[in-house]
Amino acid sequence: MELLLQQVLAGLATGAIYASMALAVVMIYQAIDHLNFAQGEMAMFSTFLAWQMLQWGWPYWAAFVVAVALSFLGGIAIERVLFKPIQNAPILSQLAAFIALYGILNSSAGEIWDFTIKSFPTPFGTTPLFGQGLISTHQAGMIAVTLVMLGLLYFFFRGSRLGLAMRAAATNPASARLVGIRVGWMIALGWGMSAAVGAVAGMLIAPVVFLEPNMMLGVLLYGFAGAVLGGLSSPGGAVAGGFAVGIIENLAGTFVPYVGRELKLTIALVLIVAVLMVKPSGVFGRAMVSRV
Amino acid sequence: MTSPPKETAALEVALRRETEIGRSAKSLGMRQLAIGAAIVVALVVPFVVKNFVIFQLTLVMVYGLAILGLNLLTGFNGQFSLGHSAFYGIGAYTAAILMDQTDVAYYWTLPCAGALCFVVGFLFGLPALRLQGLYLALATFALATAMPQILKFEPLEPLTGGVQGIAILKPDPPPGVPLDADQWLYYFTLAVLLVMFAGAANLVKSRTGRAIMAIRDHPIAAAAMGINTALYKTLTFGVSAFYTGVAGALGALAIQFVAPDSFTFLLSVSLLVGLVVGGVGSIPGSLIGGVFVLFVPNIAERVSTGLSGAIYGIILLLVIFVMPSGAAGFVRFAAARLGPM
Repeated sequence: MELLLQQVLAGLATGAIYASMALAVVMIYQAIDHLNFAQGEMAMFSTFLAWQMLQWGWPYWAAFVVAVALSFLGGIAIERVLFKPIQNAPILSQLAAFIALYGILNSSAGEIWDFTIKSFPTPFGTTPLFGQGLISTHQAGMIAVTLVMLGLLYFFFRGSRLGLAMRAAATNPASARLVGIRVGWMIALGWGMSAAVGAVAGMLIAPVVFLEPNMMLGVLLYGFAGAVLGGLSSPGGAVAGGFAVGIIENLAGTFVPYVGRELKLTIALVLIVAVLMVKPSGVFGRAMVSRV
Repeated sequence: MTSPPKETAALEVALRRETEIGRSAKSLGMRQLAIGAAIVVALVVPFVVKNFVIFQLTLVMVYGLAILGLNLLTGFNGQFSLGHSAFYGIGAYTAAILMDQTDVAYYWTLPCAGALCFVVGFLFGLPALRLQGLYLALATFALATAMPQILKFEPLEPLTGGVQGIAILKPDPPPGVPLDADQWLYYFTLAVLLVMFAGAANLVKSRTGRAIMAIRDHPIAAAAMGINTALYKTLTFGVSAFYTGVAGALGALAIQFVAPDSFTFLLSVSLLVGLVVGGVGSIPGSLIGGVFVLFVPNIAERVSTGLSGAIYGIILLLVIFVMPSGAAGFVRFAAARLGPM
């Protein structure tokens, strides 16, 4: 029983990261109807920026905040430079642009900081929380930071004028433009926030998976799985889905012999295909209808 | 008095169409001439260049074939796949395992690899029916990411060799043929390539091909015309996987080695880059894509190791922004400009 509880808590901790990645993916999906395959690489790049600042001797939280701010600006810049000009291009061009961004970020990170595995510090320490073996302080910190971030985002989107404008721009761009919302900038803002959320996720998971250019591939896959499970059209659902796949991953890893430990990515594959086959809109999402 | 201008306009249109047909017939002749010349060059080349270049050219054909597979799916049927590295890997592993575990002749590994990939592709294509566009890209992305792990899976190790992979021998030329192993494999690959490219060209021109393209252009209208979209989409996925699987088997024969980490998501990226650069929906463009995928990373690595991803990305963006129809489209454009002269 204790093992089960321990695994569920550990699952919640990694699930927090998957939830953040799922949310980042959904924020861009809502704005431009595309899946950002470079989301993981953006988060990885942000984490490397933070690492560089730590190497320069900056205190952890200063590096954390500056990295998030830089990621926010970087996200806006990517949208303005890369994706705005091709917003009406065919799907394949857009997909290729995401793949291009993936390649550029991945290999320039390798070029600047090389491909060796680096350790990334945690501000929370790794001792067991409250002296018990259930969960470490870093895992508790991951959950806490994610929950705070999700709470802030929730109040931003529900409570602020700008949040309302962003939601309007995503739901119905034409009408939003008619009431004077600058839809283009709302999309750019969505990109910025998504990059910032990804940066937080990257910095929180880096102490666990270690820092290297390919560190986010598996995390992103689980983020996608979470987003699909919860529903790509529902940010809240995506977050719930992210937590759920974190727990599923950990439980399968502990209780299913062979499969769980060695085929973690395959579990995500099976999850994605299964959800898409049974209920493509996800648990909390709306079904899509195409107009002829 | 409005009818005469209309009539002349109609006449003009008809005339223009006539000349266009004439021009396309002429360009058809040109096209056959170009293909014939290319085949002659391809036949002569192995006697002129060094063995390493022969090996590289063999790989160009292998990648060209793999890109053709992706092209059938994306260029002609409008479905997206980021998972063709997985089919390439399955094809390569099928060939390697067959040659390692049994004494099947090397040429039999190709149909086996192709058939297995067809089945896997067909089965993977079944959920694809419900997945449009991006969802399919997502599912295939997951497949590509998970593939190396599946190949390393411990219980399969007696078969796959785990992380170590499998080393195989290069096939010998049949007795009495005065060629060395590299040259023989080159001609073998060339023969397979020609058959499969001709097959793809015929498929695209056939009734089936028109149905496949109709689904790409307007799925709902295609369904309304009585095309069984579900059947054609899964079949195209299967055929596409078949092509890429055969390419994988040929690749394994040429490189004489398979290992899980050769078939990562990055290979899918390479194939996609080759597809976009060569020209989406162009059959000869696939070969240009093959040339690109083989040589550009080599050149990039001369500048700096590990930079090939960035070079890929930048070239992809350039193609999207500047040359949206790829190299084949550029050739067509240039020919159209230079043609009347």
